Amino acid sequence: RNSGQHLLCKLTAAASSYKVLFVFTSMASVTHKNAKRIEGLDKNVWITFTSVAADPTIVNLGQGYPDIPPPSYVKEGLVQAVMVDRLNQYTRGFGHPTLVKALSQVYGKVCGRQIDPFKEILVTVGGYGSLFCSIQGLIEEGDEVIIIEPFFDCYVPMVKMAGAKPVFIPLRLKSDRKTDISSADWFLDQDELASKFNSKTKAIIINTPNNPIGKVFTRNELQAIADLCIKHDTLCLSDEVYEWLTYKGHDHVKIATLPGMWDRTITVGSAGKTFSVTGWKLGWSIGPEHLVKHLQTVMQNSLYACPTPLQEAVAQGLLRDYELMGQPDCYFSSLAEELQGKRDRIATILKQAGMNPVIPEGGYFMIADVTALNQHLSHVEDDEPYDYKFIKWMTKEKKLAAIPVTAFCGEESIKHFEKYIRFCFIKQDSTLDAAEAILKNWNKA
Amino acid sequence: MARQLHARRLEGVDKNIWVEFTQLTADYKAVNVGQGFPDFSPPSFIQEAFCSAITGGASMHQYTRGFGHPALVKILAKFFGRIVGRDIDPMEDFQITVGAYQALFCTFQALIDEGDEVIIVEPFFDCYQPMVKMAGGTPSSNLYTLSSADWVLSPEELASNLNPRTKAIVINTPNNPLGKVYQRDELQMIADFCIKHDIICISDEVYEWLTYDGAQHIKIASLPGMWERTVTIGSAGKSFSATGWKVGWAMGPGNIIKHLKTIHQNSVYHCATAAQEAVAMGFQREYDTFGTEDSYFKQLPAQLHKKRLRLAECLRSVGLEPVMPQGGYFMITDISSLQVDLNDPSTKDEPYDFRIVKWLIKEKGLATIPVSGFYSPEHRGNVQNYIRFCFVKVIWFVCI
Repeated sequence: RNSGQHLLCKLTAAASSYKVLFVFTSMASVTHKNAKRIEGLDKNVWITFTSVAADPTIVNLGQGYPDIPPPSYVKEGLVQAVMVDRLNQYTRGFGHPTLVKALSQVYGKVCGRQIDPFKEILVTVGGYGSLFCSIQGLIEEGDEVIIIEPFFDCYVPMVKMAGAKPVFIPLRLKSDRKTDISSADWFLDQDELASKFNSKTKAIIINTPNNPIGKVFTRNELQAIADLCIKHDTLCLSDEVYEWLTYKGHDHVKIATLPGMWDRTITVGSAGKTFSVTGWKLGWSIGPEHLVKHLQTVMQNSLYACPTPLQEAVAQGLLRDYELMGQPDCYFSSLAEELQGKRDRIATILKQAGMNPVIPEGGYFMIADVTALNQHLSHVEDDEPYDYKFIKWMTKEKKLAAIPVTAFCGEESIKHFEKYIRFCFIKQDSTLDAAEAILKNWNKA
Repeated sequence: MARQLHARRLEGVDKNIWVEFTQLTADYKAVNVGQGFPDFSPPSFIQEAFCSAITGGASMHQYTRGFGHPALVKILAKFFGRIVGRDIDPMEDFQITVGAYQALFCTFQALIDEGDEVIIVEPFFDCYQPMVKMAGGTPSSNLYTLSSADWVLSPEELASNLNPRTKAIVINTPNNPLGKVYQRDELQMIADFCIKHDIICISDEVYEWLTYDGAQHIKIASLPGMWERTVTIGSAGKSFSATGWKVGWAMGPGNIIKHLKTIHQNSVYHCATAAQEAVAMGFQREYDTFGTEDSYFKQLPAQLHKKRLRLAECLRSVGLEPVMPQGGYFMITDISSLQVDLNDPSTKDEPYDFRIVKWLIKEKGLATIPVSGFYSPEHRGNVQNYIRFCFVKVIWFVCI
């Protein structure tokens, strides 16, 4: 107890037949209250579900990270970097020179344009950090930001923290078939999309390949979005962290390469997803100088620079794979090949259990409709959407973890998505074997 | 594009002294004795720890716990718990960040609202001011009273900065750029002020191991009544001479740290796993060797003590007057006696120390930092005759 911190005040009121004692103590003071910008942003779906992942008896197909090892040359590159004295000290704040030059080469080739490594690229703490710098740099109170559902969950709290209003539009399933659904069967309604744009719309966030559905937006679909951005003078924040992971017959298209879009687009990339090293937390924002400079301002006032040896190692990895681009042993394409097999395997075993998977065209997630299982969960007390309850039940009863898809949508769309759960398939064979064993025996328990 | 692109929170925070001077240093290939990083390697045990983490299994390359890698927060809680003499909860009382820089950012973003005031003691590490502004706060600066020998904080002037919107005070001990190590009675004065007016204390202690001439680093959070209102900032980069690793932390009571966690989970969410694992190993070793000759936290200040003396000698030999630091990485020196023909038109509207620093970079190939950059715009005019050197360098060969 500290003197002056607690006031003890006793009042004895002798009313007609009783004595009342009041005791006052000063509570944690008003000045220790948090800033308004974080009101309501303390909950986070990953915090809820990663504690689940900690239990080793549970087969974890939930959180999106590989349990396959990263390529050995990438790890070796980091060991080499750590052994160079100078690479253990601060590097250039907006991005280590070797890395921004390598990014300029790779993306210059992919986009078919010269990209200035110092003015048009910012290296960030993962794709996550890239989104943060973009939103803090360009979005503020009074702005509206269009977000396509289902969305990677951080877009909404980041937009809210910037004081702006998220405006949702869902992808809608349009198919004559009941089974063998693909992510290509999910579309944006064009009239609905157009209705979301107005003079307050500062930006639209797109994610292609999409997490969680796996949709790879076609050139025509991106053109429709681009037309609206140009018409309403809106910015585009394009989250392309899964850009290399597209499956046969589907090509990743960069909206920034469409006419009129380079000047209004920030494209987000990720070393973690590119090289299967999510724990390295390096990403980048690429775009025109007049936009990137504002992201750089956020960077210089928030963390100043990213770790040096990790940036050097990513640079070396990019340079190696740049030379191999178009060849089968380029990691950018060999990883996609490896994952296609896993994708198909997971789809088969989910079907065997009676679930209805949506086959993704890209990314390393698959959502599955669990309606046909008819799992009654009304006994589960919580006032949560069906998928949350299903996941909790499945984790406990079947020892299999996945993520509820309503974690990725706004309140109004819950009813469209609550029968879906998300599986991550960038897992080694033994993990998939364990999942298969559970799913094969689903109806036997 | 027709509309305003940038968010208003960026207004007035777009200039940055490091961006400006590291660029100039690179352009002129000057020897960098300005920016605060060692030009020698980190100790081999820490480099080995990182290599061992890298080759230590698949989980080292994937996401770890967002608020801090378990091995790291556990050892930090033990280590600092022993120093401040209390049980620190590893999960509740820590947020691991991308360097101390990001810990400061999380702290201001979490606690400062539009219109709040934050008292900043001058001279200050330059980022405090723009960070407070970006959070919508008003930095209220306090000029150190310059007496003949010591740089002290006047209690009257401190009190004069107080008003109903005062939310926090930022202190930095050992101080950058002065090298001042706050004494117990000074910290007590600040503590009394904080307790009396119910203010949060943000204590930047990144140079905590670097004290010289018997000066002792004291954690303000260990003073009575202060743990519950202090966020203490620390740095693995400065502790282990590995500034490029960018691992730092904010430590404090769970009910305050939880707000920093909210900022962190909505900005970067995770820090690099292998780097945190390596820092954890480093701290385990330092926990075991603390106070002994094998402790790096003892060896480093002993090494830097000598470099500090050498730099001071060197500066005096060319007629300059250094201010001897009791702690930290830096030494400032009065440059009034320098006779320099400044005829660079590109710098003519800048403060004198900025002009001298740029002249030194361009004409002498030597990069330092102007000290007025560590003062608020209102007070910058009063202190144009100091430049800052970093002595955490192997070679000292200055020829001015």
